Amino acid sequence: MRAILHILRKEFLQLRRDPNIVRLIFIGPIAQLLIFGFAINLDVNSVPMIVCDLDHSLQSHDFIARFENSGYFPIVAYVDRIGDIDDYLQRGKASIAITISREFGRKIAKGEPAQVQAIVDGSESSAASVGISYAQAIVAGYSQQVMLAGFARRGFGMLRPISVEPEIRVWYNPDLRSRNYILPGLLGMILMQATVVLTALAIVKEKETGTMEQLIVTPVKTWQIIIGKLAPFTIIGIIDILLALAGITLLFGIPVRGSLVTLGGLSALFILTTLGIGLFVSTVSSTQQQAMMTAMFFVMLPMNFLSGFIFPIENMPKLIQLVSYLLPLRYFFEIIRGIVLRGAGLDVLWPQVLALVVFAVGILTLSAVRFKKKLA
Amino acid sequence: MQKVSIEAHSLTKRFGSFTAVDDVSFSVAKGEIFGFLGANGSGKSTTIRMLTGLLQSTSGTATVAGYDINKQPEQVKMRIGYMSQKFSLYADLTVAENIRFWGGIYGLTDAKIAERRAWAIQTAGLEGREASLPSALPGGFKQRLALACAMLHEPEIVFLDEPTGGVDPIMRRRFWDLIRQLAEAGTTVFVTTHYLDEAEYCNRLMLIHAGRIIAGGSPQELKTQYIQNPVMEVETDRVIEAMNALSDDPRIEETSVFGTLLHVSIKPEYNAEDVIKSVLAAHNLPLHRAERIVPSLEDVFIHLLDQQGVTSDAS
Repeated sequence: MRAILHILRKEFLQLRRDPNIVRLIFIGPIAQLLIFGFAINLDVNSVPMIVCDLDHSLQSHDFIARFENSGYFPIVAYVDRIGDIDDYLQRGKASIAITISREFGRKIAKGEPAQVQAIVDGSESSAASVGISYAQAIVAGYSQQVMLAGFARRGFGMLRPISVEPEIRVWYNPDLRSRNYILPGLLGMILMQATVVLTALAIVKEKETGTMEQLIVTPVKTWQIIIGKLAPFTIIGIIDILLALAGITLLFGIPVRGSLVTLGGLSALFILTTLGIGLFVSTVSSTQQQAMMTAMFFVMLPMNFLSGFIFPIENMPKLIQLVSYLLPLRYFFEIIRGIVLRGAGLDVLWPQVLALVVFAVGILTLSAVRFKKKLA
Repeated sequence: MQKVSIEAHSLTKRFGSFTAVDDVSFSVAKGEIFGFLGANGSGKSTTIRMLTGLLQSTSGTATVAGYDINKQPEQVKMRIGYMSQKFSLYADLTVAENIRFWGGIYGLTDAKIAERRAWAIQTAGLEGREASLPSALPGGFKQRLALACAMLHEPEIVFLDEPTGGVDPIMRRRFWDLIRQLAEAGTTVFVTTHYLDEAEYCNRLMLIHAGRIIAGGSPQELKTQYIQNPVMEVETDRVIEAMNALSDDPRIEETSVFGTLLHVSIKPEYNAEDVIKSVLAAHNLPLHRAERIVPSLEDVFIHLLDQQGVTSDAS
C-alpha cells in the first residue's frame, strides 16, 4: 500500500513540473467548451436569400414579405435578371434564390396556378435541407391563404376547408438548440481526452526512458504500478468534468435536470473505461509518438464520430451502428444527455450503465494482463 | 551464509528462431566482481535481464541469492539492485526526490530512507546538489547516483548492465573504484561490459559470443591459460606490410594490430625474437623494437574469437 502512495506522490511531483499540464488540464477543456458552445452551431437560423422578382405585383410583394417576416430568410439582394442569381450563389453570399415569374400576380388573382422557382445551394446540405423545408412551409401557408381568399370571393365564405392542425410540443430541449445536445456530450469528450491520452503517454514515457524497467526489477507489484499511474488521471478527469459542468450550466444556461450524484458516479465509471483504454494503448506502443497516434486515430477519432457526439447514431448505416455498440462513449453520451437534459435516473439508464460496467471490467482486465505480460 | 550468489544452469533465451542466449551456465561467488564480457548483441543484456526477472528464460534455471528466478521472482527482487545502460532515474525529479521515491518503492521506512539518502548522496559525491535535477549533473555523477539508487535497499547482489556507457575515462575509473568498494563491503557485483580495460577490474570474467560462453576465469587465468604461445610486441614504421609478412610465416600463429604496434604470437618451438627479426629482414622492413609481453585481455579475446572462426575470412 505504501508503494502506491510513493508512486502517487511521484506522479504529482512530475505533473506539477510538467510545463504542458496546465494547457492539457485546464486550457484544453475550456477552449473546447467555448468553441463548441459558441462557434459550433448546427441550428439553421439564417438562410440568406436573393430575390428575383420579375413580376413586381402586389401579390409578389406579399409573397416575398412572408419570407422576410419569417425571420429565417434575410434578403441580401434584389435582382432583376435571372442571370444575376448565379453570381450570388457562387460567391456564397446567398444560399437560396427565389424567382417569381412575370405572370405571378395576374394568375394568382385569377385563381390559376402560378410558378415560383427556388434555387438552393446544396453544397451545405444540412442548411439547404432545412432551408427547403422552411421555404416549403411558407409557400404552403401562402397557397392556403390564396385558396381561402379565392373561395371567399366566389361566395363560399361559409365553407372552411377541414384541416388537422397538429399541436407539437418539444420536451427537454424546447428550443431544439443543438448546443443543448452537443455540450453535455462534451463532458464525455473532455473526459476521454484527459484520460486516454494522458494515461497512455505517462506510461509509455516511463517505458521510453527506462524507468519502467527499473520499477519492474523492484518488488513493487504490477497492480500497484497501474493504480499509482492511473489515480492521478482519475483526479484530473474529475476536475475537468466539474469544470465543464460549471461551464455548461453557468455560461450556457443548460441546467442539470437529473441527480449530480448519479452524474458523478457514472462519470467515474466512464473514467474507468477510458483509463483502461489508455492503459491498453500503452501496451501496444513503445514510444510516446506511437501512443499519441494510436490514441488519436484508433480511439479518439472513431469515438468522436461514431458515438453520436454530433451526428446522431440513428442516421448512420446499420453496420456502423453496430460498431458504435463497442464504444463506451456511446453509452456515456446516452447517460449524460439523459441525466442533464431529461433528468433521467438509474431506473431508465441501467442498460447503459451495465454496458459501461462490462466494458470497464473487460478492458481493465485485458490491459492489466497485457501490461504484466509485456513487462515480465 | 551461502557462498554462491548466482548460479545459472543451461540458461537459454530464444526470440522466435533467434537464440540470444544459448545454454549458458556459470556461478558467481558472494562478494565477487563478476564480469560478463562480449560485443554488442552477444547476449550479455539478455542474460542480465533474465537474472533480474525482466525476461522469462526459454529454458534452463538460475538461482539468485538462493532463490529461483522463475519460481520466486519476488524474493529475488528484494535482494537485488539493477542499473541499466540507460540512465533510468526520473529526469524531472530532483536528486533527493529520486532517492526518496526509489527508497519508498523498496519499502524502506522514512527513517531508513533518510539514513540511506545521506549514504547515497555521499557515495555519488553529490553533497549540496540534492535539489538539482539529474539532467543538470555531469555524466559520471548521474551514473553514480543511479548506482546509489539501485543500492538503497542494501541488496546482496547488484546487476550493472554496461554501467559506464558514454562516461569519460576518469569518471569511469572513479565509478569502478565505487564498484570495488561495494564488493569489498560484501556485495556481489554482476557487471556486463564491452570495455576490455574494465574487464581487468573484475575478479572473474566470462567471455560471451553469439549467446555462448567461450571462455571464463580470472583475467590472469584467461591470459595464461588460453594463450600459451609467447606474445611479442613489435614496433615498426610499416605496420600493415609487417603484419602481412608476419601472418604469412608458418612459424607465427597470430598477428594483430594494436595502434602503431603489432602483437605477434609465435609457436612455442621457435625462438620468438629470431623469427621476427628474420621475417622482417627478409622483407626489408625496419624493426625498431621487439619484446616479449604478457598478453592483454584483448589478445586473449582476439585469439578466442579467432578460434571461433569469427575474425578469419570465410575462404
